[in-house]
Amino acid sequence: MFIRLLLALALLPGLTAPAAAQGGPPSPVPEIVKAIGEVASSDAAVQEAAAVALGKSGDRKILPLLEALREGSVYVRPLPGGRKETVIVGDKVNEGDKTLVPIFTAYGRDPIQGPDGKPILADLSKLEEVSTGRSLRLVLRPLIDAFSGQSQLADPDWTVRQAAAVKIGNVGDPGGLPALTEALAKEKDRWVRYALEEAIALIQLKAGAPAERVIAATRLGALGSGDALDRLREVAATADTPPALKEAAATAVKRIERWSLLTQGIQVAFQGVSLSSILLLMALGLAIIFGLMGVINMAHGELMALGAYTTYVTQGWFQGHAAGAFEYYFLVALPLSFLVAGAAGFVLERGVIRFLYGRPLETLLLTWGISLMIQQGLRLWFGAANVDVISPKWLSGGVPVMVGIQLPYNRLFIIGLATVAVCGMYLLLFKTDAGLRIRAVTQNRGMAACLGVRSRRVDALTFALGAGLAGIAGCALTQIGNVGPELGQNYIVDSFMVVVTGGVGKLLGTILAALGIGGLNKIIEPSFGAVFGKVAILVVVILFIQRRPSGLFAAKGRYADS
Amino acid sequence: MQDLSRRNFLKTTAAVGLGAAAGIGFPAVLRAQGGGTVKVGVLHSLSGTMAISEVSLRDVCMMAFEEINAKGGVMGKKIEPVVVDPASNWDLFAEKAKQLLLQDKVAVTFGCWTSVSRKSVLPVFENNEGLLFYPVQYEGEECSKAVFYTGATPNQQLIPAAEYLMSKEGGGYKKFYLLGTDYVFPRTANKILRAFLLAKGVPADNIAEEYTPFNHQDYQTIVGKIKRFASGGGATVLSTINGDSNVPFYKEFANQGLRSETAPIMAFSVAEDELRGMDTSALVGHLAAWNYYESVNTPQNKKFIANFQAYCEKNKLPGGSKRVTDDPMEAAYFGVYVWKQAVEKAKSFDVAAVRKAVYGQKFLAPGGEIKMHDYNHHTWKPVLIGEILKDGQFKVVSRSKGLVEPEPWSKYTSPDKGCDWVKHQGTYQKKA
Amino acid sequence: MRTRERWAFLAAAVLLVVVLPALNALPQGSPLRVSNFTLNLFGKFLTYAILALGIDLIWGYTGVLSLGHGVFFGLGAYAMGMHLMLEIGAKGVYQNVLPDFMVWNRVTELPLFWKPFGSALFTLLAVVAVPGIVALVFGFLTFRSRIRGVYFSIITQALALCAWLTFNRNAMNLGGTNGLSGFKTMFGFPLNEPGTQRGLYVVTALCLCAAYLLCRWIVRTPAGKVLVAIRDSETRVLFCGYSPAAFKLFVFTVSACLAGVAGALYVGQVGIITPARIGVLPSIEMIIWVAVGGRGTLIGPIVGAFGVNWLQSLLTTHYPDLWILVLGGLFVSVVLFFPDGVVGTAQKLMARFGGTAKPVSTPRAASPPPSAVPESKREEVAR
Repeated sequence: MFIRLLLALALLPGLTAPAAAQGGPPSPVPEIVKAIGEVASSDAAVQEAAAVALGKSGDRKILPLLEALREGSVYVRPLPGGRKETVIVGDKVNEGDKTLVPIFTAYGRDPIQGPDGKPILADLSKLEEVSTGRSLRLVLRPLIDAFSGQSQLADPDWTVRQAAAVKIGNVGDPGGLPALTEALAKEKDRWVRYALEEAIALIQLKAGAPAERVIAATRLGALGSGDALDRLREVAATADTPPALKEAAATAVKRIERWSLLTQGIQVAFQGVSLSSILLLMALGLAIIFGLMGVINMAHGELMALGAYTTYVTQGWFQGHAAGAFEYYFLVALPLSFLVAGAAGFVLERGVIRFLYGRPLETLLLTWGISLMIQQGLRLWFGAANVDVISPKWLSGGVPVMVGIQLPYNRLFIIGLATVAVCGMYLLLFKTDAGLRIRAVTQNRGMAACLGVRSRRVDALTFALGAGLAGIAGCALTQIGNVGPELGQNYIVDSFMVVVTGGVGKLLGTILAALGIGGLNKIIEPSFGAVFGKVAILVVVILFIQRRPSGLFAAKGRYADS
Repeated sequence: MQDLSRRNFLKTTAAVGLGAAAGIGFPAVLRAQGGGTVKVGVLHSLSGTMAISEVSLRDVCMMAFEEINAKGGVMGKKIEPVVVDPASNWDLFAEKAKQLLLQDKVAVTFGCWTSVSRKSVLPVFENNEGLLFYPVQYEGEECSKAVFYTGATPNQQLIPAAEYLMSKEGGGYKKFYLLGTDYVFPRTANKILRAFLLAKGVPADNIAEEYTPFNHQDYQTIVGKIKRFASGGGATVLSTINGDSNVPFYKEFANQGLRSETAPIMAFSVAEDELRGMDTSALVGHLAAWNYYESVNTPQNKKFIANFQAYCEKNKLPGGSKRVTDDPMEAAYFGVYVWKQAVEKAKSFDVAAVRKAVYGQKFLAPGGEIKMHDYNHHTWKPVLIGEILKDGQFKVVSRSKGLVEPEPWSKYTSPDKGCDWVKHQGTYQKKA
Repeated sequence: MRTRERWAFLAAAVLLVVVLPALNALPQGSPLRVSNFTLNLFGKFLTYAILALGIDLIWGYTGVLSLGHGVFFGLGAYAMGMHLMLEIGAKGVYQNVLPDFMVWNRVTELPLFWKPFGSALFTLLAVVAVPGIVALVFGFLTFRSRIRGVYFSIITQALALCAWLTFNRNAMNLGGTNGLSGFKTMFGFPLNEPGTQRGLYVVTALCLCAAYLLCRWIVRTPAGKVLVAIRDSETRVLFCGYSPAAFKLFVFTVSACLAGVAGALYVGQVGIITPARIGVLPSIEMIIWVAVGGRGTLIGPIVGAFGVNWLQSLLTTHYPDLWILVLGGLFVSVVLFFPDGVVGTAQKLMARFGGTAKPVSTPRAASPPPSAVPESKREEVAR
């Protein structure tokens, strides 16, 4: 068994070479055909020998069979005439109490078609499973790794290519060099080129000639490669390395560490901005309601939850009726969340809150009660468990902007959304008639009413606006966190902190408060941990309010009660 | 102060008194004692933060009761479940436990999930000769006479997972990032894991430990730290992050460019029920360690899943026929049957007799046969390492040879302690 | 105190302090017996009633809505809890003089701040002093800066969140999320004996009576009138020459001390204290007891604490899905339709039909209390 393992490992270098000159015979050679048949044998020894032979062949089309063997989805299909065919099966389909599977050829994993040209769905109970023991899987792993390494280097998806390069580099086996060099010559993507160069330098550092090693060390320093840090430190520390190499390694380590400090700083800055944008989005609606109407809305979190659930329902609808356009469901969900939450806010205001103007403490309790009811309602309707909202592809993953920094798309989107929301609010409040009316009612309700502004209507619409913004925040939050009945509770206190710190009635105050709180949080967190960071922020806010009880931008004026 | 007329005051006092009397009398009126039934308690949160996980346990217990009643009940008596909702409120757990034992006089209780809830009801059960079946994996270091633990102990989940990751088949990882939510299970789990890793020769520099609070949503900083820790390859994350925080963690992990092939996350608190509410695209390829998966291929498991989905559909529970089963649900399910078997063996519902009859019980659970330990109140269970698939199911990639003996006191951190209720009084000091 | 009231109060006190425990002491099986479970439950409700009295003082009479009283309750409870933990001694799971959670947290020596709680006297003092001092400091900073109304409520909510986050941390050596539990004896009396629980109940009932008398006395002094004046219009009180901050601070501290006492009595009867009792949600629930019962009356909060918790107990047993809806509904209906709460509305009705009593002066819903928002909506704009 052990010997077989050594054999398999010894074959690794042999695999990378033929890969370069791979044209691929259109049909399998007889040895491969024989091995395919043998790999389904019930004798473990025969199986392993066959697997090794397949690996040795270097034929890339064998890879799906090896992977399927490791997964356990290789079966034997009895054919008319007593023959047997080794097949790979796909995902199960349940039909009544029968389980059907699509079947594929062992060589190349092409779908097996019936006489009518359509792929066959075979009955799983009629197929014989090929058992794969633990030792077989142990043998398969290095074979598959070697194969997938090369095939992944040619994968259309750049993240796969990059990951493959990183993996080969970390393994450090010189046999991987030819494949890497070849891929580098063809590669156009900047980040994959970087990964390839890094991998080549890593391998050379480990196993190259002394001169090559020095060049490699310097190169790694120039690349700012974090992966190489441990190796370089090790090289610089061991006593018997040649002095030139030692010096090169030490310089490289210093360079990489400086670079790493820089990237960490940038990362903290981005994280701070990201957190601030989330806080801002949540607090904007609340600030409008509180600032313009003096109403503390404890149900704000639940309005966000309504927006989030609207997104979930939209997703479900798209899955059911418009699967082709699924990637766009999010763009539809955004305005829909605004409308749904806005409508809920309108109903809330007209129904209960308008009786309580001038009594903020009562409103606080009332809206808290309403938030409980909305929460339980969501729980009863959708279930207590979280529901899954799938991120559309254009919001998954991230864009690498520098070495070691990858900015997630969803956070970038939220930053953009928050900016748009703030600009939209500014334009609405200061450049439109409706905004003028809102500001008028805020400043002096009586006078505004005398001048013909329908103050009740304005109240309702302003509340609906704030609620709608909460809905949009909820929709955006589905991409960052969970969607469940408790969604509102996670964010409510943070929103209040931002509003209270920013002061009443000024948009700028809210923005600055969000930036301040988000940034401060992210600066403290790396050194002190998440909990302490949050506690510290709360304490800072409490102390800040002592100094400036009305927030950053207090409304000016001679009011006896302010 | 307002001027109160005596009439007013007395009326109020009378109202209070009446209310008190009603409060005493009313519940008793509602609990009519049945002759041909036996009462069992179900103590799971049906509202609040823990409802997400515990509601499924209530559902599966009720289904088990229904199945047993359909076959004639236990010793001829039908099971009458008494379901109470402690609402994720630890104090209410203690109160409800007292109610179940003292007012309703239930013969057995199936309940609890978090360690807090278990610890808050433990004195109640111990002082009142109660019996509790606890189905969730936990941190061990407990050995109560009143509890039967049908979930995994650390050596039935954590240690085999770490062993798998260190092995060649698992990928031969050398650096371990222990990340958990800040409460007793992750703290104790990481204590044991650290002791295990050090004992196996992993240098202390290759082990990192970090904790986040409950409901933590922002994992940017932590994922950045993991990225730096994992540079150079050979690193894996052992995650005891609980519940809600998993989604933001996995999403941030994937979005910052870390992949499951290079730095897999081995989770100990993520099962099919949690995956149901997550966008699984960020989790594909990551691992988990349990004693049961819905994808386990046995005939009794297929029947179990089909029955459960039909039950949910019939009773119009949220999710209906799309409901999934997972390890704690399976443990709750076979807990009910083990109790039934013990009662039938002891021919009595008396707690002391039933307890003795549970030792050594075997049952063909949906995931395979399990065995109750002969003296330490825990369960022999198989260990399965699973890889997360896109549809929220697990693919078993490694399986223990047979059943693993439960060790409530881990031999890596408490080698001198054992748990035995037959020859000793629970936890005892082993001699040398 | 007027004679009628005195007799009424004595009647209630006798009922709670003597009759109920006596009924509990009856042998099993006798029809009038009050079960251990019920007595224990009532004891818990009584501790909530003490807490509610304090909240009524600060909110019902002074108009300051504090959403963070859970913190003071928790501080008192933890103080007593720490003493009880140390009393367990070496009888815990690990047979170590250190509390269990310290053992699995790999702490080898008792932290400094735990040591004084070994003494019963210190603990009893701490139960009142620690919440009091925290309230004093927090109140001093806040009231001096003239933070009022909604801002104050939000700040207290932030305080509650802070406390919850801090107590949840295992590094604080206060038991983390698991809190303190597993108590065996209290001042030498074994906790699981019905006799001890009965004794605890009696002590709680006596404390409730004492607290009621204390509050009633405060409210009847001239200071009490100033409190009501602050509730109705703080600015005018300021212009009259009083210092509202001092009065508010005094009442805030008293209410915090009451909350601490309530917490200490709670721990012995429930057997566990976790940070869950300190957070944002429990603190708001305490407000609803007072609101439902009737703020500004002292009977109201007691009735409210009893009634709402008993309702919760009932509903979570029989209709678990309904409880949160009912709780939310309570908030809504009390604010919209019954701002005076049960007792307040009853008093109003009595006044209307009884005829003899003077008109009651509950916080009038019609005149809006002063708010921190530069209120330009108020009708009395430019006079």
